[in-house]
Amino acid sequence: MNAAPDSAVDVRAVSKRFGALAAVDQMSFSVRQGEIFGLVGPDGAGKTTSMRMLASVMRPDTGGILIDGVDVLADPELAKQHVSYMPQRFGLYEDLTVDENIRFYADLFEVPDKVWRERALRLLAASGMTPFGKRLAGQLSGGMKQKLGLTCALVHAPRVLLLDEPTTGVDPVSRREFWQILYALRAEGVSMVISTAYLDEAERCDRLALLHQGRIMYCDTPRKLKQGMPGAIILVTSAQPRPLLEVVQGIDGVEGVLLVGDGIHIHVDDAECRLPQLAQAIAASGQTAGGIRQIEPTVEDLFVALLERRQQTP
Amino acid sequence: MKIRRIVAIGRKETLQVLRDPRSLTIALLLPLMQMFMLGYGVNLDVKHIPLCVLDQEGNQRSQDLLKRFAASRYFDLYKVAASIAEVRHEIDGGACRIAIVVPAGFSRKLVDQGAATVQLLVDGTDSNTATIAAAYAGSVVAAYSGEVQLQAIQRRGGQIQTLTPVAVQARVWFNEDLESSYFIIPGVVALVMAIVGAQLTSLTIAREWERGTMELMVSTPVTPMELMLGKLSPYFVLGLVDAGICLALAVGWFEVPFHGTLPTLFFTTSLFLSVVLCIGYYVSVSIRSQVGASQVALILTMLPTTLLSGFSFPIDQMPALVQDITYLVSARYYVTILKAIFLKGATVSELAVPIFSLTAYAIVLVVLAARAFRKTLD
Amino acid sequence: MMAAQSAPAIVVDKLGKRFGTFSALDAVSFDVRRGEIMGFLGPNGAGKSTLIRVLCGLLRPSSGRAVVSGIDITQDPEAVRKRIGYMSQKFSLYSDLSVVENLRFFGGIYGVCPGAINERIRFAVDMAGLQGRETSLVSTLAGGWKQRLALGCAILHKPDVLFLDEPTSGVDPSSRRRFWTLIHELSAGGVSVLVSTHYMDEAEYCMRIAMMAAGRLVALGTPRELRQQSIGGELLELECANIGAAMDLVAKIPGVHDVAVFGDALHLLVDDGAETARAACALLAEHGLPGASARQIAPSMEDMFVHLVRTARAQGAAAGT
Repeated sequence: MNAAPDSAVDVRAVSKRFGALAAVDQMSFSVRQGEIFGLVGPDGAGKTTSMRMLASVMRPDTGGILIDGVDVLADPELAKQHVSYMPQRFGLYEDLTVDENIRFYADLFEVPDKVWRERALRLLAASGMTPFGKRLAGQLSGGMKQKLGLTCALVHAPRVLLLDEPTTGVDPVSRREFWQILYALRAEGVSMVISTAYLDEAERCDRLALLHQGRIMYCDTPRKLKQGMPGAIILVTSAQPRPLLEVVQGIDGVEGVLLVGDGIHIHVDDAECRLPQLAQAIAASGQTAGGIRQIEPTVEDLFVALLERRQQTP
Repeated sequence: MKIRRIVAIGRKETLQVLRDPRSLTIALLLPLMQMFMLGYGVNLDVKHIPLCVLDQEGNQRSQDLLKRFAASRYFDLYKVAASIAEVRHEIDGGACRIAIVVPAGFSRKLVDQGAATVQLLVDGTDSNTATIAAAYAGSVVAAYSGEVQLQAIQRRGGQIQTLTPVAVQARVWFNEDLESSYFIIPGVVALVMAIVGAQLTSLTIAREWERGTMELMVSTPVTPMELMLGKLSPYFVLGLVDAGICLALAVGWFEVPFHGTLPTLFFTTSLFLSVVLCIGYYVSVSIRSQVGASQVALILTMLPTTLLSGFSFPIDQMPALVQDITYLVSARYYVTILKAIFLKGATVSELAVPIFSLTAYAIVLVVLAARAFRKTLD
Repeated sequence: MMAAQSAPAIVVDKLGKRFGTFSALDAVSFDVRRGEIMGFLGPNGAGKSTLIRVLCGLLRPSSGRAVVSGIDITQDPEAVRKRIGYMSQKFSLYSDLSVVENLRFFGGIYGVCPGAINERIRFAVDMAGLQGRETSLVSTLAGGWKQRLALGCAILHKPDVLFLDEPTSGVDPSSRRRFWTLIHELSAGGVSVLVSTHYMDEAEYCMRIAMMAAGRLVALGTPRELRQQSIGGELLELECANIGAAMDLVAKIPGVHDVAVFGDALHLLVDDGAETARAACALLAEHGLPGASARQIAPSMEDMFVHLVRTARAQGAAAGT
């Protein structure tokens, strides 16, 4: 297998089955040096299985994986030297302190004493954890546990970082801080694969793959992803949006309507021509609407649109 | 194999053991409790059995026989009954466990026909004690009848004197000279060590799978051998402490004479400890749940050690096939070694065979246990 | 809408709850209309779970008053529990029981009268779209189905108020939308719904959003109102080469309060968007990073949320010293 130049991770047609279930199906992608690559999808889409195969703790049935030029299938133990893996479940020892956990992983990766101590100090300071060195890991908050996990993962200065749903259950403020740390790592040239079920997090990645039932539905930058959205989303705000549903349903070019808190989202085939038509129809119905305008589609809008298109053309 | 990783895992494991006062208490109290429970519970000695006698003959010969019973340290004459109803009352009430009834005409039959019967009534509710009591009683009677026979033969001018001393001597050996706790306590030490040692390590890997820490561990370059040696080291120390507790109790509390040397004891105990720790570790690797691993480890160590190590049931009285199986029970060697060190003061060279067997056993298990660990989630 | 005129389903008045010296809830006041869907956002430890537990009658408040469905929670917590439904993130279903067996079990523990149970089970099955799957074991259902079944279990006893704890995290988007359609239908039928979540997307489905931080309510309004609130300045998106170097440079421009990386761009919180945009592009060009572009963007709900939480923390820290 020849690695594409500059690629930190290379996944070629990887599949993994569990009995009758194809957890991962013909997955291919590559991650460039210093890139944050997102595996984005709901539970059961194959995110964790993919991450485990990248981390060499699970063998793919078919296909190949190169990490930093090392063939993971041929030499998993060598590949493990180059990567750091943060499993979805907190994998550290809750009955050990922050410092003891860090030291344990530094020892396992044989990081010279001086080097890891200096590195740990810097990493802890960067994530605001310096005062908690003597605290048991089990007594940290969810956000801090994730930061400790990241610190342990980084103590041997891996080239590739694999993060399996690191922000699940973490509140938005901590999640932002976590991403700022990831961006700082990216600036140092660390390549990252991160999986998430929060579709809005996709926009923070450099490139991403939308996963559904073990397959990649789409793989590109967030910007191109949104430009690739078939049709457009129109928001009609209203204090009482329910009656509007019936008004707009059935109008030509309306592909879907979604009730949200203070209005409706209308998925149309073409914004420019449908916007005036919709405004007219709503005015004619006598319903009150606060405003009508095109909005940027979310990753979720795109996900649903792609799914619908796939179901139409099997 | 990197020493640094082994030390790191050992240190981590030690910290975890020290921070879990509950399991630490169990690790130290369990052997203490088991030593007392098993030390007293599995006492095979049957002494001072309360005896009831009914002499329906009432002459010199019958009194001779009954005196032999009263003189034996295994029986205490509790009651001289006047009727068979009284005998029944004593046995039913539980006051006496065994009764000897010498029927009328006993002496006449013995002299005229050369054979007579006495009736032995044994309380069978505790079959173990009953069997032993009956055997003791049987041997007392046999010794007596042997003498009677001898006298008869001598009276007829026979010369077959050599026959009897052999038989009598053997019975004396079996009945009088041996304190069975000397045999039993070293066996109990082996049993406790086997149970506790395997329990200590049976949780160590299963716990990491259950808590989710193993997924991270297997993603590091650690090798299975490093993981095992690191994991076992703190339990080895803890196991030696437990061994110290057991052996101190054996000598200090159960008063088993100790004729051997401490280095021999320490060396052989370390070997056996390695074996049982590996058994626990192997189970923990194979069964990824703590409850399951703990139970399997208990069964795997307790049953063979109790039944097949020779500690409670003599191996040479087992069927040939079972005897062969006992060679697969590591405790068999340790029981042999412990008995020899305690009672005979055996040295390492004298124990070369069981020590060699135990060493081979330990090496095979270390390799098996290390290889059983798979660094994947498949 | 009729719902708007009737008495509120929930009235919370200066509700407080202390655990020792820790104030988990601090004078929280709001009310929820009949049929309203209200979202609660807040970091862990903000007081969301405590609030829900107090409203369910599981915890006694230390101060203040709360009325749920016309019943004062401190006077008759048992009666409150009969009128509420609760669905947690983990959907506490029995995976080794079938769909109908689960419904029957939860109907039993919620005290649905035996005469009505079959009709309620049919209603729940129809609502959740589980027709044809009645005898399937729960373990064989996909995430979205389980979630709708859990919802069905929570509404068997026709509660007036429904509490949802992160109901759709990890569920695929189509199922999520279907779920929220169901919630809106329940709300149209007069059920009030309280949702606690970390998920900003989920909050968009709510009619009103309450943001909590450190036990206090820091914002309350419709999603649109919240998006229009000030986040302490204007938000600029700056695209440029070498964002690491650019970050240090633009942080020193006067009027820039915060710089954060977002994907391949920088987000700047500034006093005056237009002016800083020009200044930033000029400064970067001066330092050998030409071709930068900046545009003003609308803050997201998350921007709003992060701003409020940070402000509340800063105030808390200031008050603490």
